[in-house]
Amino acid sequence: MSGRLRARLIPYLTILPGGLWLVVFFVVPMIAMVSLSLQQGDVVHGFQQVWHWQTYTTSISAYRDQLLRSLKYGLISTVLQIVIAYPIAYWIAFRAGSRKSFYLFLLLLPFFVSFVLRTISWKFILADNGILLGPLKNIHLLPQDYHILATGTAVIGGLTYNYLPFMILPIYVALERVDLKLVEAAYDLYATKVRAFRKVILPLSIPGIFAGVVITFVPVTSDYVNAHILGGPTSTMIGNVIQNQYLGTQDYPTASALSFVLMAILLIGIFAYARALGTEDALEVAAR
Amino acid sequence: MTEQRIDPALLRGLSGRRIGRRDIFKIAGLGAAVSAAAACGVKGKATGSASQAPDAVQKFWAGKSAGPTIRFANWPLYMDPSHPELKKFTAQTGMKVTYKEVINDDSTWFAKIQPQLAAKKSIGYDLMVMTNGVEFEECVELGFYAPLDHSKMPNYTANAAPKYKNEAFDKGNVYSVPWASGITGIGYNPKYIKTPPTSLEDLLNTAYKGKIGMFFDTQEIGNFGMMATGSNPETSTPDDWKKAATWLTQQRDSGVVRKYYDQDYISALANGDIWMCMAWSGDIFQQNASSGTNLQFVIPTDGGTLWTDNMTIPITAENPVGAMQLIDFFYDPKIAASLAEYINYITPVPAAQAIIAADAAAASGEDKAALEQVANSPLVFPSQSDYSKLHYYRDFKTPAEHQEYQAVFNPIVTS
Repeated sequence: MSGRLRARLIPYLTILPGGLWLVVFFVVPMIAMVSLSLQQGDVVHGFQQVWHWQTYTTSISAYRDQLLRSLKYGLISTVLQIVIAYPIAYWIAFRAGSRKSFYLFLLLLPFFVSFVLRTISWKFILADNGILLGPLKNIHLLPQDYHILATGTAVIGGLTYNYLPFMILPIYVALERVDLKLVEAAYDLYATKVRAFRKVILPLSIPGIFAGVVITFVPVTSDYVNAHILGGPTSTMIGNVIQNQYLGTQDYPTASALSFVLMAILLIGIFAYARALGTEDALEVAAR
Repeated sequence: MTEQRIDPALLRGLSGRRIGRRDIFKIAGLGAAVSAAAACGVKGKATGSASQAPDAVQKFWAGKSAGPTIRFANWPLYMDPSHPELKKFTAQTGMKVTYKEVINDDSTWFAKIQPQLAAKKSIGYDLMVMTNGVEFEECVELGFYAPLDHSKMPNYTANAAPKYKNEAFDKGNVYSVPWASGITGIGYNPKYIKTPPTSLEDLLNTAYKGKIGMFFDTQEIGNFGMMATGSNPETSTPDDWKKAATWLTQQRDSGVVRKYYDQDYISALANGDIWMCMAWSGDIFQQNASSGTNLQFVIPTDGGTLWTDNMTIPITAENPVGAMQLIDFFYDPKIAASLAEYINYITPVPAAQAIIAADAAAASGEDKAALEQVANSPLVFPSQSDYSKLHYYRDFKTPAEHQEYQAVFNPIVTS
């Protein structure tokens, strides 16, 4: 092999492991999914490829409400997460001093308990006659039939709770990297604290927020555990529909079509968001 | 998959000005992807129960002998947690039984085992309990169940009630024998519900807004909707389904339905999250027995449904001989009585009634009252007239019919 050829091949060889990984675990399953969404049949007799595009239109029109609801829950929950996560990240980055790593450890501590278990514990805390609502009902602050569980509020709350650390960490990393000399310079130029925050710290932490949104918005929107455990009859998310179509009804084509539609919407949404924020290289910055 | 070779001439022709060289690879890749997409199918493997050869039983059991352990997959609330019956079995045969409560609903269970069984691989269990219903029929059609050798099940032949020897969903009980039957009715908590529910109309009572639970299972909920709108589930037509769906949708939209539950309804009912719920007869009694609650169960006047949970041996079981011995062991009237005393579901062994009555006579105090109640309970030993009030599940003749049914009821539970 000539030196020149080798030099040209090396970059490709270095991406080979990652590329293969992507092909085997993303591209191939994706093709299989798209293929399945165009088939027709049933579990007993098998599914045949018939390029049945109508599956897309019928499943979108049948489950439009759940799709829109998932996007709504995803948006509300993501905004709530930013609002809650930013002060926490700010505090850890600038005020926690030498205890930083301890607080970060506290943030990660819940991960030592299973995701499902943590969600189920909310069911106990929020139970109609549980430790929170029970006493309030006993002193007649709340009517007997008041409940939080089985409502959209409970689902959004659960989503926000479960994904909060994924928002805090990237914001923290971005804030941590802010050069304090820049902030001091702002003060030297007579900026107030608020102005220094708005003009220096916030813009520098935008990549962190962006990364946080990308990491949380996608799984939050397609989540089905929270809606299953904390939700009710009118808070079903698209993830639940897909799960039920795959595992309950065994209607694989509809499930695949909905998965694909959801993925497309989320991808378009994320790219639109990146454009709107004007941080085309935000992902790159966040990855640093 | 067919390899698509791209004609070099075509490539040259394409690599003109309008399409760059890069694009060629994209197109070639897309072509490969499309052909791959066309080739990937999901195969079904219907063998059809009718095509079952007459010597299938001999063929399956020939040369098989019992192994050291039996792995048993069952539903929660289906055996005394200390497993006294299994201990007796181990003492008698020396075979160990690993008992796992892993089945929470038939459709999820079927989805879990289907890929392995289709690939003729072990599912990790030698015995599993499945309800009569769509998944049961699919398993039969796909040849997932081992045909049982009745000549090796003397207890079953001698002690099972005639009704449980020739079930409508498994003629001649070729693939299954009942574990227990039960009734789907209404469970309620008298602490909150002062006037006991009597009919399905009570599930519409807006005084219990957000406090009524329904089942997630489309067959269960469909049955209730049909009985409420005056049709018989077993002989229902698509028009009846639509009427039922309207009833159920109105119920949901009026805000009375808290949630569509799986097996977890029972804890919600016990802790007061819901006050009234569709319920399985024996669960209510076991919940009361295990946690001191005072839940009640009623069969609505306009109908309850009768279902049967069946012991089946997956075709890939590693110890089918042991599994069949265990099945037969549960048809020993003493064992059947011991099981029924705890689970409070309908036992397929009528002789168990006398044994429970005798146990009651020998017991004293609270135990005596509880055992007497079991021996006389119409929910454990229904009379002929009790049976006649109950409705049965609908058999789906074709997968298309089942899909149509699902399309009617799925939007209700996943709204």
